[in-house]
Amino acid sequence: MALFDTRSKDIRNLPGFGLTATLAVAFLYAPILFLVLYSFNSGRSISRLDGLSWQWYQAVFANEEIAGAALNSVLLAVIAASVATVMATAAALAMVRMKVRRRAAAYAVLNFPLMVPEIVTAIASLIFFSSVGLGLGFGSLVIAHTTFCIPFAYLPITARLTSMDPALESAAADLYARPWRRFTLITLPLLAPGLISGWLLAFIVSLDDFIISSMLSGPGSTTLPVHIYSMLRLGITPEVNAVSSLMVAASALVVIISGLIARKQT
Amino acid sequence: MKLHRLLLAPSLGTILIFMALPIAITTLYSVLTPAQYGGVIWEPSSEAYIRLLFERDIFDDTLTFNTDYLQILGRSVLQAGVATLLCLFIGLPTAWFIATRPAGQKSLWLMLVTVPYWVNLLVRTIALLLILRDEGPINRALHAIGLTDGPLPLAYNNFAIGLGLVSSFLPFMILPLYAAIERFDFSLLEAAYDLHANRRQAFFEVVLPILRPGLIAGGLLVFIPGIGSYLAPDILGGGKTLMLGNLIGMQFQGSRNWPFGAALSTILMAVTLIALFIIARRAAREDA
Repeated sequence: MALFDTRSKDIRNLPGFGLTATLAVAFLYAPILFLVLYSFNSGRSISRLDGLSWQWYQAVFANEEIAGAALNSVLLAVIAASVATVMATAAALAMVRMKVRRRAAAYAVLNFPLMVPEIVTAIASLIFFSSVGLGLGFGSLVIAHTTFCIPFAYLPITARLTSMDPALESAAADLYARPWRRFTLITLPLLAPGLISGWLLAFIVSLDDFIISSMLSGPGSTTLPVHIYSMLRLGITPEVNAVSSLMVAASALVVIISGLIARKQT
Repeated sequence: MKLHRLLLAPSLGTILIFMALPIAITTLYSVLTPAQYGGVIWEPSSEAYIRLLFERDIFDDTLTFNTDYLQILGRSVLQAGVATLLCLFIGLPTAWFIATRPAGQKSLWLMLVTVPYWVNLLVRTIALLLILRDEGPINRALHAIGLTDGPLPLAYNNFAIGLGLVSSFLPFMILPLYAAIERFDFSLLEAAYDLHANRRQAFFEVVLPILRPGLIAGGLLVFIPGIGSYLAPDILGGGKTLMLGNLIGMQFQGSRNWPFGAALSTILMAVTLIALFIIARRAAREDA
């Protein structure tokens, strides 16, 4: 068996591993690149490239339903990510100072949303909001999104917090800084990269959601993924490609921003 | 201490009230009677769980064993299981390759496998359908070079769903494995070679046992979302082959049988929690 050739002892470079990695990356990107390419097609076809044009993007920008859904999505993601980040920051600040044994239960609750399959969250929220009389719509969407965003905001924040030097805060305390000033002058600025990463991750996770939003959104509170899904009833059209490509662009922008922050951090 | 409670209360309270409580209510709904147009009537009933295994005759009320729903359950487990194995076979070499690159290349490769995770899942699923279609680039390329006469059935079947699950969750396998390999102490391998292990023994008896926590974490991160997956079977399966997620969703859209949907989702939740519990206990035992 060539893979386990006894003459070669070097296990770091195994034959075929580089090829597998390259193919894996190609498999992840090829469909997306293809979708983006065809969004610039000048014809209506999604299988034959006639030429390049902006026309499908113009059609998307002129479509008021898409604009409304996009606005809902962004508003929802901004509110949910912001509220989740504030809650997660408070939780992280408490957790680092707590005794290990007391931490376990709180940690299990904080991570709970990560363990629930999305479809279960979706229908449990639908049952909950309709049975307590809150009804469906934007308000319910905000609550549900904030809830499942909390652990995603929490992870980068707590990672940053645990890597911070506690001596800096005690130094401030030695210089008679009151707790609130210690927090705003020392802890918060040092924590900033973690806060931004946490917020961006929560923002993307909220924007990514389809199934929970599709169960909870009432008329008028449709999010962009839910709207794209409803466009699919007519099959994949160049408009679907164009609006999907815009979502890819938005994700790429967020990745670049968080990459720049990570680089600054080190 | 009081301050700690105050700081923890908003996040823990939100999760308990708006996620844990709704799941508890869902379990309660699974033993109630369905109302005609969605919702429930507050009368206890085990009908939802009976329905999973039996079909009730509408005329004489007799029960006959029916495997339709069990088949969907089995298919979901199978699809998610196969996808997890595929992710493992692709993810392990990929993660190994990335972790053994020099520092500069490493971050580039990591970025490459993380970025797709940030792209909307619905968009990624549509993109995959676009290239698997009968008129998609793969089929047209195969036809153009004369390998096939007609289009290969790549879309709207179990194969497409499986491919969709792999592409949805592959980063979840690569990243924990990468973290595990990154921490791996390669001098352990030199020790193994000094003790006359060959490459195969070194890999299976030294490397794999140490990577096990990463393998398990990656496996769970693929299997759990895979089993309840909604978009891949819905879009890539063309609605022909249902998985558990679609069956649950249907009970709240067209069919309107909330208790049955609640029962199915209770079962999915139970399976998930049992899997997590077993693994957490095993991890605790290994730590001790």
